[in-house]
Amino acid sequence: MKSKNVIKVENLTKKFGDFIAVNAINFEVKTGEIFGFLGANGAGKTTAMKMLIGISTPTSGNAEVAGFDVFTNPEGIKKSIGYMSQKFALYDDLTVKENITFFGGIYGLSRKQIEEKRGLLVEELGLHDIINKLVGSLPLGWKQKISFSVALLHNPKIVFLDEPTGGVDPITRRQFWEMIYKTANNGTTVFVTTHYMDEAEYCDRVSIMVDGKIEALNTPTQLKEQFKASTMNDVFLKLARG
Amino acid sequence: MSISVQHINKSFKKVQALNNITFDVKEGELFGLIGPDGAGKTTLFRILTTLLFADNGKATVANFDVVENYKSIRNHVGYMPGKFSLYQDLTVEENLEFFATIFGTTIEENYDLIKDIYIQIEPFKTRRAGKLSGGMKQKLALCCALIHKPKVLFLDEPTTGVDPVSRKEFWEMLKRLQTKGITILVSTPYMDEAALCDRIALIQDGRILEIDTPKEIVKHYPKKIYNVKTDNMYKLIECLNSYEHLYSVYPFGEYVHYTDKRDNFNPKELYQFLEEMDAVHITIEPTETTIEDTFMELAK
Repeated sequence: MKSKNVIKVENLTKKFGDFIAVNAINFEVKTGEIFGFLGANGAGKTTAMKMLIGISTPTSGNAEVAGFDVFTNPEGIKKSIGYMSQKFALYDDLTVKENITFFGGIYGLSRKQIEEKRGLLVEELGLHDIINKLVGSLPLGWKQKISFSVALLHNPKIVFLDEPTGGVDPITRRQFWEMIYKTANNGTTVFVTTHYMDEAEYCDRVSIMVDGKIEALNTPTQLKEQFKASTMNDVFLKLARG
Repeated sequence: MSISVQHINKSFKKVQALNNITFDVKEGELFGLIGPDGAGKTTLFRILTTLLFADNGKATVANFDVVENYKSIRNHVGYMPGKFSLYQDLTVEENLEFFATIFGTTIEENYDLIKDIYIQIEPFKTRRAGKLSGGMKQKLALCCALIHKPKVLFLDEPTTGVDPVSRKEFWEMLKRLQTKGITILVSTPYMDEAALCDRIALIQDGRILEIDTPKEIVKHYPKKIYNVKTDNMYKLIECLNSYEHLYSVYPFGEYVHYTDKRDNFNPKELYQFLEEMDAVHITIEPTETTIEDTFMELAK
């Protein structure tokens, strides 16, 4: 079922004083799609993402996320999405178990639901040996996998991933992408930013922001054809260097 | 030798951060330490820049011992740590002047060395460092690390979190610095940057897995790699994982890299297997080994 649009964005704009950080962007994301949101540092990705997850009010335009309007119902959005970034993830001084319980509570899950979810996660990720360890003592790869699972605890319609794989080793990075594929295959939409251009190729569709505007949006294969490039890295360099 | 590292060990409580690290960097060489977070790269940098003692082993930088001659080393090396060492509430110009003064020199004296880089941030010279974009901070930090004309430059993950355009520009800058006779030791988690170094050391969990030129290192890979693609990446990986002759499968861009256990592997058999599993639009073709393949094989 990849027909229904779960994110709809029309002329979405954010200004800070005279500076236009996001300039009338338009796009749609389908249910179950892996949507790559790329751009150079400072192109406006983070600002755009903040509007979509309901923590920043747009200056103008329209956007609907998981059926909720970004202006009138940002709280509805927050309850229907998961969010994971490299900077804000888990609490280092809580154990894995405590983190799961804490975030489950935040998302409004009952005690019984949290226990069930925790049991599933322990099995799926093989957390048996580390469930009672402090998150701060775990390798980055583990933290990222657990953090992603925590963002999915409440079965959100969409999960937003802000540079989820920065700094991890190539094997862990690929295991992480297998988790992403699995999530999308189960019908959860994945909205992801990354600086690894090989990861852009793993997305169903990719948009590239340059100076606040979306300059390209298509499947990786079609983008490469359009820009006569052999890799997404070349597409990105052509676009962002003008 | 510009940098010589012999049998360096370092532990923090129970964690062995560096395990018998040995390598040399020649004068004027661009040498890359390639490995993920937690590999021990930063610990090694801190030992070589005299900010941390090793438990044992020996190291020299610019022919000075890192323990006995630590003061001389500090005058002859530039160090750009992973988290920038800039003063956030000083302007671009003030930061540069500050670092020049500390090293007993002036901006004018070594301006030719930083000129190419500095002119890119000069329009913002009265802006506070804290208000700069990531790419500009990176350029200013590099200028500050170069202002005393060091013999050896240490760059700890200078491109982490930086977009591909800025990363490419940064490596072009490094290549230019190298032509001015500066030895560069640079660390990165990006495997594609490894190819731009003269020699690289692959490092994980405190151990060096391999040291060689980027061209030679891929030759150590034991298998022939095939690009495989179907209409559904997730199902393809699942299928291949259930294939009895599978040696390894990893996503690589639009393809997966597949290797087979058998020496006499025939791609037609795999094609047949995938067809039986209802895959469509199947492509199987031989491909070149990358440094990332080699790293993953060694790190397994």
